[in-house]
Amino acid sequence: MVTVRLIGAGDGKPKREIRLPGWLPPYLQATPLALILGGFLLLPILMIIVVSFWDYDFAQMYPDFVSMNYVDTLGSWVTWKTYLNTLKFAAIVWLLTLVIGFWVAYFLAFHVRTAAMQMVLFLICTVPFMTSNIIRMISWIPVLGRNGLVNTALVKAGIVPQPIEWLLYSDFAVVLAMVHLYTLFMVTPIFNTLMRIDKSLIEAARDGGASGWQTLTNVIIPLAKPGMAIGTIFVVTLVMADFSTVQVMSGGQSASVALMMKNQMSLLQYPAAAANAAVLLVVVLLMVAAILRVVDIRKEL
Amino acid sequence: MSQAAEIELASVSKVYGTTTAVHAISLKIPAGSYCCFLGPSGCGKTSTLRMIAGHETVSEGDILLGNTIVNDLPPARRGTAMMFQSYALFPHLDLVDNVAFSLKMQGVDKTERRNAALAMLKRMQLEPYATRRPAQLSGGQQQRVALARALITRPQALLLDEPLSALDPFLKIRMRAELKSLQTSLGMTFVHVTHSQDEAMALADLIVVMNDGRIEQAANPRTVFERPATAFVAQFMGNHNVISGRIVERSGDLTTIEVNGGGRFSAVGVPEHEDTHADFALRTDHIRMAASDTSGFGFTAVVQNVEDLGASVKLSVAGAGVEEFTVVLRDADFYRSPVKAGDAVPLSWGKDDAIILGRVPK
Repeated sequence: MVTVRLIGAGDGKPKREIRLPGWLPPYLQATPLALILGGFLLLPILMIIVVSFWDYDFAQMYPDFVSMNYVDTLGSWVTWKTYLNTLKFAAIVWLLTLVIGFWVAYFLAFHVRTAAMQMVLFLICTVPFMTSNIIRMISWIPVLGRNGLVNTALVKAGIVPQPIEWLLYSDFAVVLAMVHLYTLFMVTPIFNTLMRIDKSLIEAARDGGASGWQTLTNVIIPLAKPGMAIGTIFVVTLVMADFSTVQVMSGGQSASVALMMKNQMSLLQYPAAAANAAVLLVVVLLMVAAILRVVDIRKEL
Repeated sequence: MSQAAEIELASVSKVYGTTTAVHAISLKIPAGSYCCFLGPSGCGKTSTLRMIAGHETVSEGDILLGNTIVNDLPPARRGTAMMFQSYALFPHLDLVDNVAFSLKMQGVDKTERRNAALAMLKRMQLEPYATRRPAQLSGGQQQRVALARALITRPQALLLDEPLSALDPFLKIRMRAELKSLQTSLGMTFVHVTHSQDEAMALADLIVVMNDGRIEQAANPRTVFERPATAFVAQFMGNHNVISGRIVERSGDLTTIEVNGGGRFSAVGVPEHEDTHADFALRTDHIRMAASDTSGFGFTAVVQNVEDLGASVKLSVAGAGVEEFTVVLRDADFYRSPVKAGDAVPLSWGKDDAIILGRVPK
C-alpha cells in the first residue's frame, strides 16, 4: 500500500471538530418535517379526537370522557342522510371529473404535438385557479340564475316558455360548480401518467393490430390508472370536505357532512362537530385505503 | 409458418417538413433472407424500416411485400411484425398477455390465445417466467419476449430496430447467434437495423449500407467487406484506407491519381463516374512493410503511432500527402522487424489490392 501525502495538506491548523454521535444525524434530518406534521396535522387531529369526547351545553364545553357525541352523531337519521347525500355528490362529481379529466389529459398528452403548445394549454387549464374558489363559484350565479345568461338565452330563443328553475340552487348547480372546481385535480395527475407512457408502446399496440379504441382500453387506460387513482383521491377528499360550494350553490337546500359540522360549530357545539369530524376522517381514510387497494400508485410517487 | 415474403422498395422517399430523410431509395430484399440496414445515426435506416413496418407514411414511391403494394395498409395487415428498440413490452401485462396481445386484438378467445402464447414462450425458453411482468426480467429475456410477441402472428417479415443495442457486449454476441438461428429455422425474411459493422457482418445475407438518406451499397457481407462501393462504405466498414486525389493519367486499364501535395497512386480499372477526382480503397491488412517494385503501388511513410492489439499490430502512418493511413500487420510479421514512432518505413501492396471507389449520385 502506497500512502500519498500532499505537502501542506493535513498539517494545517488543527480544526475544532464537532463530533456527533452516529445515531443523531438521521433524526436531525427528519426533525423539520416531523415538527411540521406533528404541529399542524397530528396535534390538531388529536385535539379534535379529545374534544369529541367532551361534554357541552349551549354555552360551554366540559372536559370529560363521554361517548354521547358519537352516539348522537351515528344514531341520528339526519347524519346518515347527510352522509348519503355527500357520498352521492362525491360519486357523481368523481365520475364526471374522471371522464372530463381523462379526456382533457388525453388530448393534451397525445394530440398536442409540440411540448411548447402542451405547456401553454396546460397553463390555460390552471388560469381559473388564479381566482379564489368562492369567486369562481359565485360567478356561476349570474350565469345560472332565474334571469341569468342561460335562462334568458333559452327564453329569448323560444326553447323554453319560462326560466328553468333547477339551474341554480339545486343539486345540479352544486355538481356543476364542483366539477368546475375540481376537474383540474384530475387532469394534472392523469396528464402526468399519460406523458410517461412510452410512445413506442402505442406503436407496438398498433403493430399488434389494435384499433385506436383497443389501444385506449388495453394499453392507455390501464397505464393511466395510477394517475386516475391519485386524481380520485384528490377529488373525493375535496368533495367530502366541501361545505362552501354546497351551501352557496344549493342555496341551503342541500346538505353535506362538512356543512353539518359548520352549522354545529356556529351553534358552539364543538364536541359534536369534533365527533362528526372524526367519523368523516375515518370514512375518508377508508375510501382512500379502498382506492389504494384497487390501484397500485407507488410507481407514481 | 407462413411463407416468407420478398420486400421491394421502389424509389421510396421520406420527407419531414423541409428535410428529406430518405432520398428515393430502391431495393429488393429476397424472400427468406437476413437483411441488415447499416449506417451511422441519422442516415435514414430507421425511417426506412419504419416505413416498411407502416409506422411512418411513405412520402413518395411504393413498398411491396410479396406482390402487394402495402403503402396504405396499417402495420398489422401488412404481414410484418416489428421488434422495437426498447422492446416496448406492455409493463402492465404479464408475459403471456404480452405475447398474446395481437391475438387478443384479433378476437381470439382467451384459452386459445393463452395456449398459443405459452407455446411461443416455451419455444423461447421463457415458460418459467410466464406470469411475470416484463420489469422482472433481464434485458436478454425481455428481448426474447419481444421476439415472441412479434412472431405470434406468424408474420412474413420480421423488422428489428436495433434489437441488440440495449444489451451488454457478452449478451449481444449470444443473442446475435440466437437471432440468426431463429431466422434460419423460421425461414422468414428478417430486416435488421444496426449501426454495428460486426453485427451486420455476422448476421446478414444482404448488407445495405446507408448514408445521408441514400443507399451506398447493397450486397452480401463478403462483397461489402472486400469491395466497398464508395469511400463512405470503405471508411464505415473500418478496414480500408481511403486515398483521394486528382486523376492524372489513364493508361490502358490503369488509373493514376495524384494526392494533393504528394504521391501518385495507381489502381487497376477505370472509375465509373466522370469526376476529375477519384478515391481508392486499400485493405489495412493487405499492406506490406516492404519497398514496392512498381511505382504507384506503395509509398514511404513515417510511423506516427504503434498499437499492439495482441494478434495484430496497428500502425498509424503518414506520408506522400496521405494524412491518415492505417497498416494492420500480423504480430509475427511486425516483430520480425519492429518499428517505432518516428521511423520511416516503405509500404507497398499488390496490384489488385487498390480498389477504385464509386460515388453515389446526389
